[in-house]
Amino acid sequence: MNRDITGKLRQFFLSGATVFVLLLVAACSGRQENGGGSVVSADSGPARSIQNKGSDTLVNIALAWAEAYREVDPSTSIAVTGGGSGTGIAALINGTVDIANASRAMKQNEIDEAIANGVTPVEYVVAIDALAIIVHLDNPVTELTLAQLGDIYTGRITNWSEVGGQDETIVLLSRESNSGTHVYFLEEVVRLGDSDNEDIFAPQTLFMPSSVGITSEVRRNPNAIGYDGLGYVDEAHEKVIHIAATADSTYVKPSVESASNGTYPIARDLYMYTAGEPTGVIAEYLNWILGPEGQAIVAELGFVPLPD
Amino acid sequence: MSVVTPRQRVLEEHRQPHQIPDEEKHSTNRKERVIEFIIKLCGVSAIFIIALIFLFLLREGLPALTQVAISDFADARWYPIEGKYGFTPLLFGTLLVTAGAVIIAVPLGLVTAIYLGEIAPTWLRDILKPLIEILAGIPSIVLGFLGWLVLAPLIQKAGAPTGLTALTGSLILGYMALPTIISIAEDALYAVPKEYRDGALAIGATRWQTIWRVVMPAAKTGTVTAIMLGIGRAIGETMAVMMVTGNAANINNFQANIFLQPVRTMTATIAAEMGEVAQGSTHYSVLFAIGIVLFLITFAVNSIAARIVGKQSRSRGSSL
Repeated sequence: MNRDITGKLRQFFLSGATVFVLLLVAACSGRQENGGGSVVSADSGPARSIQNKGSDTLVNIALAWAEAYREVDPSTSIAVTGGGSGTGIAALINGTVDIANASRAMKQNEIDEAIANGVTPVEYVVAIDALAIIVHLDNPVTELTLAQLGDIYTGRITNWSEVGGQDETIVLLSRESNSGTHVYFLEEVVRLGDSDNEDIFAPQTLFMPSSVGITSEVRRNPNAIGYDGLGYVDEAHEKVIHIAATADSTYVKPSVESASNGTYPIARDLYMYTAGEPTGVIAEYLNWILGPEGQAIVAELGFVPLPD
Repeated sequence: MSVVTPRQRVLEEHRQPHQIPDEEKHSTNRKERVIEFIIKLCGVSAIFIIALIFLFLLREGLPALTQVAISDFADARWYPIEGKYGFTPLLFGTLLVTAGAVIIAVPLGLVTAIYLGEIAPTWLRDILKPLIEILAGIPSIVLGFLGWLVLAPLIQKAGAPTGLTALTGSLILGYMALPTIISIAEDALYAVPKEYRDGALAIGATRWQTIWRVVMPAAKTGTVTAIMLGIGRAIGETMAVMMVTGNAANINNFQANIFLQPVRTMTATIAAEMGEVAQGSTHYSVLFAIGIVLFLITFAVNSIAARIVGKQSRSRGSSL
């Protein structure tokens, strides 16, 4: 047995250690993300800096903006942190951030609280988040109401024939629960926007680690249904379902127009709030975000850019 | 039973009286002591690091037990963002995928090892063995791609609602465990002295009887080690499994063939959810608690293997 001792050791290491290495790496990365957030610093001194905090849905866009803006204006450093819309708004009220990111509009009581604190929040819609519902090209179903979609994802509807399709079991696809998209879909579709509703995804839902995972399974599985950011959808390879908010309303196809004029029901504006009318670097930064360069980044990340 | 291994041969050679001058003997001793110390340090540090890892796991994972009731862990739903920490679907997923991998890899692996060690001519063995060992080096993510692009569509065509099933995971993991099992089991068969085979054949045993009744029992420890290391690899594998099993934490809706349903394994859960979880939250601790469970499972597998190996060598008085 001696001649294979190195081989055995190597095998042992491969099997046992994988788990721990994985955990260690995961722990370290978790720590970084939750600790200080990612700081994008400028090359030429910390002369001007912008603190940017809030929505986890927006955090990827905000990071991409901050990174790209370093090329535009190297003297400005932008620190981006996630933590959720509520965290960002609270920080704005307390005056600890310059720009708060939010995937929902500020509530009236939050605005009152801010004004009481001497901060007048100014709202900017910076991007639109629209989810397309996609199925296989061979699937005869073309339209669904939000309620039907909710029933499909909670497992109350399990067969395509119940919504006008073939007699086949529906295969549910979702993003992993750590994705902001997952949470939005849970709140707006599975729970139909009702905060007292405690429905969750049916246990047979397949959780995919990425958007690509959802699109490629939909492309090859005639019984699958999935959701994805509108920017990721390619209509040559998957079918986009038309959605109606209620049984009486019209079925709307997701597009940049229908998402931005509010007729498509699974879309929301994404916001940035500043403390008072922005001046100096903050105003320059917001102008750049709302301009063509900033909006191009929105499209790149699979969100809907603002209409011209 | 006396097998002269290369190491024993070396030891025996050392026992030959050599004429070493006194001063040279002195420096050799000192050198040996330094080398001995370095080797000891390496050994001790490995244990030390494992102990540290386990302590780290305990520190991060134990708070989960105070924050989540045991009955909640026994629940059938895993949906951490709503505080549902039902652990059973994950355990079920890992055990199902691993069991499938073992059912596929163990018979195939042992038969291949027997063929290579006992039946194949030497020239063929010399070609096949290194090739199989190369298989062990294929990165798991590559096998995951293979499973996703080739295997999953095939299983879907065979009639499953989706190709992302426990079976897909088992096939990939089985394939991944095969080189380990073949290589180590074949080494064990190779180490059985030729006299055993000659003796068995001389008293009239057929070739099959020789392999099954004489060579296999003699190589039992090695083959058990091979199987256990194969299982260890299957349990710990993450990325490939995450890509092909569908990750549905589902234990309620059993289908006719449980292997044709999507499952969510413990490793995939940690990998998928650790990235975004808030440090120090209940969810974070629970993920580390899953890590502890995985540690205990691999520890149990290795202990069982060590026990079997230990028993064998005591009863036979050999270290084969």
